[in-house]
Amino acid sequence: MAKELLKIEHITKSFDETVILRDLSLTVKEGEVLVIVGPSGCGKSTFLRCINGLETIQEGSIYLDGEKINDRSANLEKVRQKIGMVFQNYELFPHKTVLQNITMAPMLVQKKPKAEAEKEALSLLERVGLSDRKNFYPRQLSGGQKQRVAIVRALAMHPEILLFDEVTAALDPEMVREVLDVMLDLAKEGRTMIVVTHEMSFARAVADRIVFMDGGNIVEEGTPSEFFDNPQTDRAKKFLSTFSFDRIEKKDEYAGNPI
Amino acid sequence: MGLTDIAKMLADGTKDTLIMVLLSTLFGYIGGLPLGVLLSVTDENGLKPMPALYMVLDIIINITRSIPFLILLILIQPFTKAIVGKSYGTVATVVPLTVAAIPFIARMVESSVKEVDKGVVEAALSLGAKKFTVITKVLLAEARTSLLVGVTIAVGTILGYSAMAGIVGGGGLGDIAIRYGYYRYETEIMIVTVVVLVLLMQLLQWVGTLISKKLDRRRG
Ligand SMILES: Nc1ncnc2c1ncn2[C@@H]1O[C@H](COP(=O)(O)OP(=O)(O)O)[C@@H](O)[C@H]1O
Ligand SMILES: [Mg+2]
Repeated sequence: MAKELLKIEHITKSFDETVILRDLSLTVKEGEVLVIVGPSGCGKSTFLRCINGLETIQEGSIYLDGEKINDRSANLEKVRQKIGMVFQNYELFPHKTVLQNITMAPMLVQKKPKAEAEKEALSLLERVGLSDRKNFYPRQLSGGQKQRVAIVRALAMHPEILLFDEVTAALDPEMVREVLDVMLDLAKEGRTMIVVTHEMSFARAVADRIVFMDGGNIVEEGTPSEFFDNPQTDRAKKFLSTFSFDRIEKKDEYAGNPI
Repeated sequence: MGLTDIAKMLADGTKDTLIMVLLSTLFGYIGGLPLGVLLSVTDENGLKPMPALYMVLDIIINITRSIPFLILLILIQPFTKAIVGKSYGTVATVVPLTVAAIPFIARMVESSVKEVDKGVVEAALSLGAKKFTVITKVLLAEARTSLLVGVTIAVGTILGYSAMAGIVGGGGLGDIAIRYGYYRYETEIMIVTVVVLVLLMQLLQWVGTLISKKLDRRRG
């Protein structure tokens, strides 16, 4: 059995008085692809941000590789290098070229020599089909291209786990696919990933396990077929129903007299 | 006074003004840039919120900025004298100009740095960058267009102040305009001096805008 890479125990996160995550626990095994779904505002982004310390939690513990990472004594910079994050709005550095965006952290944070960092960046760009864009600035790229660069930027740090926060939500429909394909590729490679998404057919295809969140906690979890074909809770059923439409039946009755 | 004398006087005045303005801008940024960065970083939405420190800095800056420049100039004369040895002339004027420039520059730097998208800062943090690296390589690097616009505004404002300093023997073009125009009623010399000041300001604005545009990668 694969080892537990990330272990989250009873975490609670609140902003001022409002509790956003309550007593949430979750374990991710090495090589596992976990997909988190749930209504908007239920705390998915906050949860991902707690994992890499962009938000501080009030209670509970987070362990990466058995090491507690939410301590004051934990080296947050070290920990974050092991946790790659891809954001909904890409967050590329606007004044840096594609190549500089990717090599910046390996060079500044991991002190890699420039030549090595660039060589690696280029081979990663090649993989996502963007090596011809290496000298472009972010504004010269389409949304899908930006997001692929952002994924490469995270990969260049050799993270142990990747967090994806609705990375296709800001994209035009025709660009969603190119980004999802890159993620499917990473999953096939055996990467450990936590993916927050509203793309249900992608979730079904990529996930080893689906976690359904609502109201700041995990309401249901299971394999994709368990969750999608046989949801247990009413809340999950209601959530899933928002993604499907019932075929309209009474078309003829109204024909000729639109309301 | 012959034409060549006037020309020489104006040339010297221009040189003095430029020295005064450039030195004050330089010292102003040596003090104002770190102060502005500190303000933006310690702000409640900053990289390292420190409310008490921010409040203290904020108040000090507001107070210094509310003192009219001419009053400041006179108020700090003893200080100026202690540093430069005298309280009038081109070099001495650099002191009050710098004192006036620092809080003003700090505010502009603060606002430029705050314009940088918070998401980009978080992206850098998520890659494991230390706060100091984020400040130098992300905040300042991404704010550079706006910072340069700020430099242009700062130089322009200091140029204006430097002309005001002419009233108390500050040297440079402002001094000439006041001596000839105000005390001796030689309106022509005053007008020519003012024209030179206007030209300097235009040139400055033009160069500043040009450089800012060149360095902006966000737009086509
Ligand atoms: N910085 C913040 N301050 C206060 N409330 C916040 C903050 N960030 C998120 N929230 C609140 O936390 C809740 C969960 O947000 P989020 O994690 O973004 O949800 P999701 O990603 O599932 O849509 C929302 O109600 C949101 O308003
Ligand atoms: Mg979200």
